[in-house]
Amino acid sequence: MQAQDTQKRLSGTGRGSGAPPLVEMRDISISFGGIKAVDHVSVDLYPGEVVGLLGHNGAGKSTLIKVLSGAYQMDHGEILIDGKSVEIDNPRDARANNIETIYQTLALADNLDATSNLFLGREMTTPFGLVNDAAMEAECRKIMAQLNPNFQKFNDPVSALSGGQRQSVAIARAVYFNARILIMDEPTAALGPHETQMVADLIHQLKAQGIGIFLIDHDVHAVMELCDRASVMKNGKLVGTVDIADVTDDDLLSMIILGKQPAQKAE
Amino acid sequence: MTETSSQPIPEKAKPSLFQQLELDMRLLGMIGAFVILCIGFNIFTDGRFLTPRNLFNLSIQTVSVAIMACGMVFIIVTRHIDLSVGALLATTSAVMAMTQTELLPQILGMGLNNPATWAITIVVGLFVGTLIGAFHGWMVGYLTIPAFIVTLGGFLVWRNVAWYLTSGQTIGPLDSTFLMFGGTNGTLGTTTSWLFGLFATAVAIWALWSGRRAKAAHGFPVKPVWAEATLAGIIAIAILGYVYIVNSYAIPTRRLQRMFEARGETMPEGLVVGYGIPISVLILIIVAVTLTIVARKTKFGRYIFATGGNPDAAELSGINTRLLTVKIFALMGFLCAVSAVVASARLANHSNDIGTLDELRVIAAAVIGGTALSGGIGTIYGAILGALIMQALQSGMAMVGVDAPFQNIVVGSVLVLAVYIDIVYRKRLGAK
Ligand SMILES: Nc1ncnc2c1ncn2[C@@H]1O[C@H](COP(=O)(O)OP(=O)(O)OP(=O)(O)O)[C@@H](O)[C@H]1O
Ligand SMILES: [Mg+2]
Repeated sequence: MQAQDTQKRLSGTGRGSGAPPLVEMRDISISFGGIKAVDHVSVDLYPGEVVGLLGHNGAGKSTLIKVLSGAYQMDHGEILIDGKSVEIDNPRDARANNIETIYQTLALADNLDATSNLFLGREMTTPFGLVNDAAMEAECRKIMAQLNPNFQKFNDPVSALSGGQRQSVAIARAVYFNARILIMDEPTAALGPHETQMVADLIHQLKAQGIGIFLIDHDVHAVMELCDRASVMKNGKLVGTVDIADVTDDDLLSMIILGKQPAQKAE
Repeated sequence: MTETSSQPIPEKAKPSLFQQLELDMRLLGMIGAFVILCIGFNIFTDGRFLTPRNLFNLSIQTVSVAIMACGMVFIIVTRHIDLSVGALLATTSAVMAMTQTELLPQILGMGLNNPATWAITIVVGLFVGTLIGAFHGWMVGYLTIPAFIVTLGGFLVWRNVAWYLTSGQTIGPLDSTFLMFGGTNGTLGTTTSWLFGLFATAVAIWALWSGRRAKAAHGFPVKPVWAEATLAGIIAIAILGYVYIVNSYAIPTRRLQRMFEARGETMPEGLVVGYGIPISVLILIIVAVTLTIVARKTKFGRYIFATGGNPDAAELSGINTRLLTVKIFALMGFLCAVSAVVASARLANHSNDIGTLDELRVIAAAVIGGTALSGGIGTIYGAILGALIMQALQSGMAMVGVDAPFQNIVVGSVLVLAVYIDIVYRKRLGAK
């Protein structure tokens, strides 16, 4: 039963076709004043694949993906996209490489409304070069209708929104701009069960379009449900990367807690 | 991501009168405070406060601080501060005074009233102001020295650079065309003022209408027509009312006579000519409208507010917040130079103490006008109203005969009180 599932999952991804991975992060290290937040970690991601990043609090998951999104500069390592080495020095470089990120902290400007946040840094303009608020609001309404149909507060600053509504705005911003590589750092942390299910559906939909997704989530069941592979981190180091099809919830949990590969994988 | 259906927009519960007007309550509060202030002073001065002459003077005295307050809004919105604006005004004023009285006559051999003198002078002044501002911004943005420190240093540096440039002397007289940019020396005259007033009213109404049309085109909710019409009416009355007031301030007969003599004509008997809109006020209007458009309708403005609301989010959204800081301070420097033109032209010379304490007036104007020191919130019109309220308070007290020290005590207290009211107001709104 599970094996069949795997077949289905794998067939959608570009893995095993011989093509280079969509993203390859090689031997990444970054430290903050002596603390090695990420210590020689390598992960990769293929088109149409969802790779889960797991680990306890402070394991270095957010730091690792912030290197990819341009928020942090790594001390050591290399990032390849489509097999080619790229420089990602700031968030603009990441966006130029079609990398979109939903940050754990959401990274919204609280004093601006949902529309302004959605388009921040990429505003639509009129022929005179002025920002076209009406057109942007129309687009914002369209995408929010899909992500969170109950969302109505288009003209309030996002500080007036609930945690889940803010999360929807952050998700909308990441998926609106046709990303090829999507980074989701605990995207469902503030969402209710219904909204969480909508994000799961969204992930399936994006995966089907060939988008590669890094998903950070503390919920092992969600990872088992949504991901093709999972990379587990502990204290800044990579514990290992496993095919979800080959492991159980308990295997993943023990990797997270004990920091060891499951027995059958140790070989 | 292919669905195109828009969300239905539900009808809300019937909103109150003010909500329908979508008028900013803070704006109304400030206008109310200003009106009460004017009426109060008018009573205490036996009707001398609300005369065309005094209102005209009030407006030309406000311009210099108001122009800088517009720039200060952007600075404070991005969570910075600029303590050097008064000193920067002095330096740019000194540069322009020396340019027109020493540099141009000596180097280019252009006399003081050469037709190109004023233009070259102003270009030089604006350039120097922008450059110094950009330098401040570079230190704040790229060297990450806190703006408070950079501009505290700038406060001392530029005040004394101005002193060195002029050897501490008062420089005058200034170029006669240059003088038209401040005070009573340059006004539009009654006919042009009326035309300008009508033009401005038409533009304002057009802006309201096109904003409404853009919303309606996408099926977004719009205000009821009567609300829009009321707003247009208020704007028209404000603009045309001001024109009426400055037009009814007549140029004194003797001065008029001299103006005719200068042109070699004789003045017709009993002629009364109004001043009309001062050119300095026109400059303020241009600055205010431009910066309001910048704030609301350009990417630059959007990024300023985003950075103020959450600097990290702005950075992660790909905004170059360092370069943005340079631009904002450069704009501030530019506006200091504009204010220097207006202030030195109004005083008809450059004096050593020009712009003294202006930094505090400018910051106070922006803050009274609703700019939040925590960043992310502020309006241009608020800052201008703030400057106007402060100036009205100051000159009103002077007219009533309040002692100078006590005037400052009142102004200081009003600043603190205004910010407190603002905090209470925001809390009641439920924001922050
Ligand atoms: N900007 C920073 N400055 C200093 N230390 C940092 C910084 N960012 C992260 N760290 C440290 O790096 C380590 C990894 O943090 P990170 O945020 O990557 O953890 P995480 O795996 O995302 O945890 P969580 O599940 O709680 O989100 C932690 O020890 C943290 O204190
Ligand atoms: Mg994290």
